[in-house]
Amino acid sequence: MSGFDWVVPIILTVITAATPLVFAGIGELVTEKSGVLNLGVEGMMLVGAVSGFITALVTGNYFLAVGAAALAGAIMAFLFGVLTLSLMANQVATGLALTLFGVGLSALMGQEFVGEPIAALSKLNITGLSDLPFIGPIIFGQDVLVYLSFVMVALVSWLLYKTKAGLILRAVGDSHDAAHSIGYPVIAIRYLAVMFGGAMSGIGGAYLSLAYTPMWAENMTAGRGWIALALIVFATWKPGLVLVGAYMFGGITILQLHAQAAGLNVPSQVLSMLPYLATILVLVLISKDESRIRKHAPACIGKIFHPAA
Amino acid sequence: MNGNEGGTPQLELRGITKAYPGCLANDHIDLKIMPGEIHALLGENGAGKSTLVKTIYGVLQADEGEIIWAGSPVTIPNPHTARKIGIGMVFQHFSLFEAMTVTENIALGMSGRQDMKILERDIIEVSNSYGLPLEPNRQVHTLSVGEKQRIEIVRCLLQKPKLLIMDEPTSVLTPQEAEKMFETLRRLSGEGVSILYISHKLDEIKELCHKATILRGGKYISECDPTKETAKSLAEMMIGTNLRAPEHHETANGGPIRLKVRDLSIDADVEFGVNLNAINFDVRSGEIFGIAGVAGNGQIELLSALSGETICRNPDTIMLDGKPIGRLGPNPRRDLGLAFVPEDRLGHGSVPEMLLTENAFLSGYSRMALLNGGFINNSSTAEYASEIVKEFDVRTPGIHHTASSLSGGNLQKFIVGREVLQKPGILIVAHPTWGVDAGAAAFIHQTLIDLAEAGAAVLVVSQDLDELFAISDRIAVIAEGRLSVGRELNEITIEEIGLLMGGTHGMGETAGAADVA
Amino acid sequence: MKLRGPPMLLKIEKRAEYSKTMVYLTPIIALVLTVLSSIVLFESLGVNPIEALYQFFIAPLDTKYEFSELFVKATPLILCAIGLSVGFRANVWNIGAEGQLTMGAIVGSSLFIYFPETDSIFLLPAMIVMGALGGAAWAAIPAFFKTRFNANEILTSLMLVYVALLILSLLIHGPWRDPAGFNFPESETFSDSASMPILISGTRMHFGTLMALLAVFGAWIMMARTLIGFQVKVIGEAPRAGGYAGFSRKKIIWFTLLFAGALSGIAGLSEVSGPIGQVVPSISPGYGFTAIIVAFLGRLHPVGIFFAGLLMALTYLGGETAQINLGLPVAVTGVFQGMVLFFLLACDVLVHYRFRLNIARKVTSQ
Repeated sequence: MSGFDWVVPIILTVITAATPLVFAGIGELVTEKSGVLNLGVEGMMLVGAVSGFITALVTGNYFLAVGAAALAGAIMAFLFGVLTLSLMANQVATGLALTLFGVGLSALMGQEFVGEPIAALSKLNITGLSDLPFIGPIIFGQDVLVYLSFVMVALVSWLLYKTKAGLILRAVGDSHDAAHSIGYPVIAIRYLAVMFGGAMSGIGGAYLSLAYTPMWAENMTAGRGWIALALIVFATWKPGLVLVGAYMFGGITILQLHAQAAGLNVPSQVLSMLPYLATILVLVLISKDESRIRKHAPACIGKIFHPAA
Repeated sequence: MNGNEGGTPQLELRGITKAYPGCLANDHIDLKIMPGEIHALLGENGAGKSTLVKTIYGVLQADEGEIIWAGSPVTIPNPHTARKIGIGMVFQHFSLFEAMTVTENIALGMSGRQDMKILERDIIEVSNSYGLPLEPNRQVHTLSVGEKQRIEIVRCLLQKPKLLIMDEPTSVLTPQEAEKMFETLRRLSGEGVSILYISHKLDEIKELCHKATILRGGKYISECDPTKETAKSLAEMMIGTNLRAPEHHETANGGPIRLKVRDLSIDADVEFGVNLNAINFDVRSGEIFGIAGVAGNGQIELLSALSGETICRNPDTIMLDGKPIGRLGPNPRRDLGLAFVPEDRLGHGSVPEMLLTENAFLSGYSRMALLNGGFINNSSTAEYASEIVKEFDVRTPGIHHTASSLSGGNLQKFIVGREVLQKPGILIVAHPTWGVDAGAAAFIHQTLIDLAEAGAAVLVVSQDLDELFAISDRIAVIAEGRLSVGRELNEITIEEIGLLMGGTHGMGETAGAADVA
Repeated sequence: MKLRGPPMLLKIEKRAEYSKTMVYLTPIIALVLTVLSSIVLFESLGVNPIEALYQFFIAPLDTKYEFSELFVKATPLILCAIGLSVGFRANVWNIGAEGQLTMGAIVGSSLFIYFPETDSIFLLPAMIVMGALGGAAWAAIPAFFKTRFNANEILTSLMLVYVALLILSLLIHGPWRDPAGFNFPESETFSDSASMPILISGTRMHFGTLMALLAVFGAWIMMARTLIGFQVKVIGEAPRAGGYAGFSRKKIIWFTLLFAGALSGIAGLSEVSGPIGQVVPSISPGYGFTAIIVAFLGRLHPVGIFFAGLLMALTYLGGETAQINLGLPVAVTGVFQGMVLFFLLACDVLVHYRFRLNIARKVTSQ
């Protein structure tokens, strides 16, 4: 096994790089399935990241920190809901506003905490199992949020496709007028979906500030919220594929970090471009097939619902 | 079962009133339906029928009045409650989810949780027993309009309703399909189910219904026994005045061919679209050529190919006054004299949030020379818009108001007027009077006839057979992307057209180039 | 017998026609709400709100120099926002102005970097043209991907921001670094012939401001009076009506992106040739993103954008003043800008809808 020792740390870092994307992606997927496009993922992640970090720093309680991040994300998403669902503002513009606001708000909240170190979220350590070679650290040695991310993907998958609640959620995204005329509370359902998306983005952000790089820095999400949005297109709105996509992007991010560390003779900036270029490439490849996108995208996405009569 | 005057009505409405800003949609409406009665709700577009039934189904709340269900007053705050007490509704614009299966759609229309397996079995059972066959696992977008309507009906029947509301159910059916649906309704009536049947089609109301309540302008007008009325007397109650039939012109067979379509085939570019299959027809100067058909049989694709929004592969496919225009876009076609009135007034024929002046400019800028060295000539644009408003009796406070502020009929008059004033050699009109009040409809019909008499060729695509019979010289039918041979009005009956609309029959005589030339 | 009417409820009703009054009123309402909220914000930061508001909005305009700084900061904001607004009108959501600005700065400055000895009077005009081309080329990438592959321009244009910033970093840490610059990641200082002429001596107000004014007037005429402007509006409001009128959506996507890219590119070049005077790793403090707010606050109208640009420039200056005099964190500016946009979007409901109080009533039957 010793020849493959370098593999384990790479896989471990891929997992930590992918986890924030899994959370943000799966949350936004639920939002979009209900027919709402929230482009504020980046802003919600940042506010989640800073809220989680401050809570962890002040209380030392990581459970509370994750809860605070989820709450902060959900509050941000609620704001988005008030504007787009109740006041019928344009979803694209409001999403951008949410991101711009989130960037500013998180910077303000975190300005006294920049550079303060905290301990990273602790990892599972089951005597015996976690020490197993190779699979030990990968399967039994993760922090609790990594496991939670997998649980959330499974949960969302089950909820969307195996329950009446999920059927209703998809119905609202497919035709809000039909859902309304049958008697479903379209706006209320969308509020829930949007706030779930916000909570997940918040946790995804907190993963960055609590586990990935346990510290707070302005704009530390560095576009991950936008990559999560691209992931959903990549996954054609399927929960399982969001997971796959997130690990792919996690892999690319880590690959370039390792290539830089290995002293590859390529400027670091070029390597740093890779995740962004990969996102563009993936978008182009997936979107090329327009009919496929149209078939899978929720038909009402981005449309304003006003129950006229 | 009908007419047991002495018993308790299944549903009684007293003084239902509902106001919208600037309009009283329902003004103290009374209505009474006995168990097993098929009761027609008759009225023009805008008479308040939809508002009233949505109130019964709990989608809307009345401002005033009361609803009495089987003898006791009730409030129906939402459709769930309506379903619970035994009211089912089949919407005119279906409340279906295209990306889902038949079973999922039906589950969504039922309260509580369902076991999908059991539900599937129930669907098959009920749909077969009422002659409404359905495959539970099909995705809705793959179904025909008639099948989609069956889903809605089966969804209601599964909940064993005591009152079934049907909103303009035959508007999307062929006459034969409609007849089959009537059988189902009669059977339900025999089983004691009350049916509230909304329509503005007088013949079918006379054929099917026991009672009729007539609404006009949001007000209750009268209740009558439709079997004892004539279509004319019903129409008068519905419209209020004697309607002038459009003055029909002499059939001008001799006119030269202005629009010639040969072997037009187009593969639908969108999912769920219809492929056009070797379409052939001519429209001559001085004639109105009508194309009938159930929506979704290729009308959208045909209109888009004719207007230039879809470009054909071969320029010779469409000839305008002898010039090949198949590969031209909308603007060059318009410059050659082809004008088009689309089906969707708001968002296709006009920009809803733009002013009437801007909407006049939209299609008229080239032919009416409203551009001045690359700049928009505001004064001549305003003149053009004013002329449309004046000549075509568009009721608006002024040309500097948005298209969306106009009523359906007035906007339609504006759009038709905009195209007619461009003096087109050929005018293509889609559903000219859909959702338009009777006055505006008569005006638009007369306009089209006058235009044809002045030598233009007019092509009308419509679902409304009455309309086509009133104004066309020749009629063809589009079904599943194929067009039948155009026939003189006096050579064809409604029944034949109905069969052609069904799509399976009569396609042997699909127009070949030789037949029409 | 009684029937309960609906409970008391605030209902939102669609207006028959949008309210022209509200179009002008809502930005002002939004500003008032923002100011009220920032009073709460300042209070919570332990700063006297009146003092803070003074430092934010009045103090930065004390002197002629400071007043001119307003135009210096507003110039890139207005240039970018004019470009973005035309795209937004057409529902083309280019949010990558920051990247296009950076690319314009890079491509425009390359002329000076590679020909530093040139003292031709044509150097600066050529740099401006190159800047416009660089920005437009960067915006052409999302346009191509959108029209050819249907790829969402929001995501592609944003991803390209990061790429552009990394390219800038690559150049400035490598070949473009001034050899006499003590290893700082900075280019050589621009020569006079490569710098924007100063408009008023003693200030930093430069030729770029005139270009921004030109863009305001040009865009105004374009949107109000020309066919292409009309096409942009129609495609944005009702794409099918655009198709009906024979307007090409792809052409409009290309046009709006190239237009925005060119203006953003000029904005970037104006920064490096103007107030900065050399190529540095950070050319803009997020002008390209703030321009999104400027565009909306200006109601996507060129004249509105001019005033909105000045206002947002003031928040940059005010943020600095408040930081120096009150120790308020600079991040307050970002929060403030975000809030303005939020409140504006919230107030926008008043343009198309009206609120009506639905009062419960009891109907007693006879």
